Amino acid sequence: MSTTPPELAISVKNLVKKFGDFAAVNDISFEIPSGEIFAFLGPNGAGKTTTIKMLTTLLHQTAGEIAVYGFSTVTQQADVRKSFGIVFQDPSLDEELTAYENMEFHGVLYGVEKSIRKTRIQELLTIVELWERKDHLVKTFSGGMRRRLEIARGLLHHPKIFFLDEPTIGLDPQTRNQIWAYIQNLNTTEKITIFFTTHYMEEAEKFAQQIAIIDHGQIVAQGTSEELKARTQKSTLEDAFLALTGTAIREEEASGSDHLRMHRKMWRGR
Amino acid sequence: MRTIYILWLRQLKRYSRSRSRIFGSLGQPLLFLIAFGFGFGPIFQRAGGGNYINFLVPGVISQGILFTAIFSGIELIWDRQFGFLKETLVAPVSRLEIMVGRTLGGATIATFQGLIIFFLTLLVGFRPYSFAALLPALVIMFLIALLFTALGTAIASTLQDFQGFQLIMNFLVMPLFFLSGALFPLEGIPDALKTIASLNPLSYGVDGLRTTLVNTSHFGLLQDMSILVILMVIMMAIGSYLFSKVEI
Repeated sequence: MSTTPPELAISVKNLVKKFGDFAAVNDISFEIPSGEIFAFLGPNGAGKTTTIKMLTTLLHQTAGEIAVYGFSTVTQQADVRKSFGIVFQDPSLDEELTAYENMEFHGVLYGVEKSIRKTRIQELLTIVELWERKDHLVKTFSGGMRRRLEIARGLLHHPKIFFLDEPTIGLDPQTRNQIWAYIQNLNTTEKITIFFTTHYMEEAEKFAQQIAIIDHGQIVAQGTSEELKARTQKSTLEDAFLALTGTAIREEEASGSDHLRMHRKMWRGR
Repeated sequence: MRTIYILWLRQLKRYSRSRSRIFGSLGQPLLFLIAFGFGFGPIFQRAGGGNYINFLVPGVISQGILFTAIFSGIELIWDRQFGFLKETLVAPVSRLEIMVGRTLGGATIATFQGLIIFFLTLLVGFRPYSFAALLPALVIMFLIALLFTALGTAIASTLQDFQGFQLIMNFLVMPLFFLSGALFPLEGIPDALKTIASLNPLSYGVDGLRTTLVNTSHFGLLQDMSILVILMVIMMAIGSYLFSKVEI
């Protein structure tokens, strides 16, 4: 085993996604070795969320290939889905259910056996410090608590790769630190591959082993934080990011989510 | 199976926690029952139609089921807007299982709501022709519930938000109810109205309930049941197809 090259968590080749005439993702390729922390950065509307949706089988690409731990996101959806956990950019909990019930629901959907499910839920809720609140309805939770619950839920079925789409958006520095501590711990103890997007450059600088910057649907730079800074001759990743993607503010919808923009594009494309 | 079960259970939990929804959706059928039942009762009697409350109760139960069922299906939009739909769509389960679980859950709630209305009507003096008839009546209630929950899901699969909701209420749900024979007998009405009623799926639900609960029938129980079953299967197929096309 030691002689073979490291296993690839993700391999993306010439990926394209078009909504009508608009190419949200325009011919991108990258590879992520298993066990790595990978940051996917870009301005709003650059194609980050669309890429994540394709990687997680929610959208089908117009062209190109994606393999998640060797499985095709188009023809081997069930295998792909079992192999990843995800924390979406916008909330995805059932607010009318308790924290425990949200976990239970997830465990059943992923076929986690009952006895394992029980211990695993307790373990994870304890880690994210929500065990004492397990019987409370999610609608009574703060933003930080919801995020922690979503992280715990995404890990319930022992995924090999964890997608985090802006996991710390709108959270205070305390909660952000705490969440990153969990994520780093997961990466070192359970060797889970981490794929995350963020607008906080210092998070990418601090935690990611590899960074890709996407803009207008194309990857404009890829490498370690040091490499990106050296290439642009800037002292911080934020300056490097601005040098690579320009300082113009991107057209933003009122909601600020890629989600609605995407639907509008799809709608126009019809 | 486990997927269907957990989605069914989720619908029931949400319903049982929403007291305002339970009581809220009882108000309208009871209002119809009291206003129409007691308001038109004497005229109906004098015209030789018999006891109007008895005639009306199956219609009012159908109305309660119709509204709750369509609404349960349409709730899918909520799941989409509040993000929970994504959680189910990235899970390693088939869309068909998700659709079936949701629909069974919604239909169970709607049937239960129909049953509550049935018991409430006993308080205003309704007497079914026999209590043994409650069992076949329950089967018909469940068929109505399944049919219209699937319809609600099908509609919700094609909508992004609640903007079209009022349109659905005014141009689909209300006409389904008012043009179904829930409020008036289908005998002796103008042909155009009769044709519309015979094209309305709810008419067969109302008629089926009337047959089982008060032993009067327009189409005959066999026809009611077969049409309900066929339409339910078709609607489930359409709903599943449209749901399988949902993109987030």
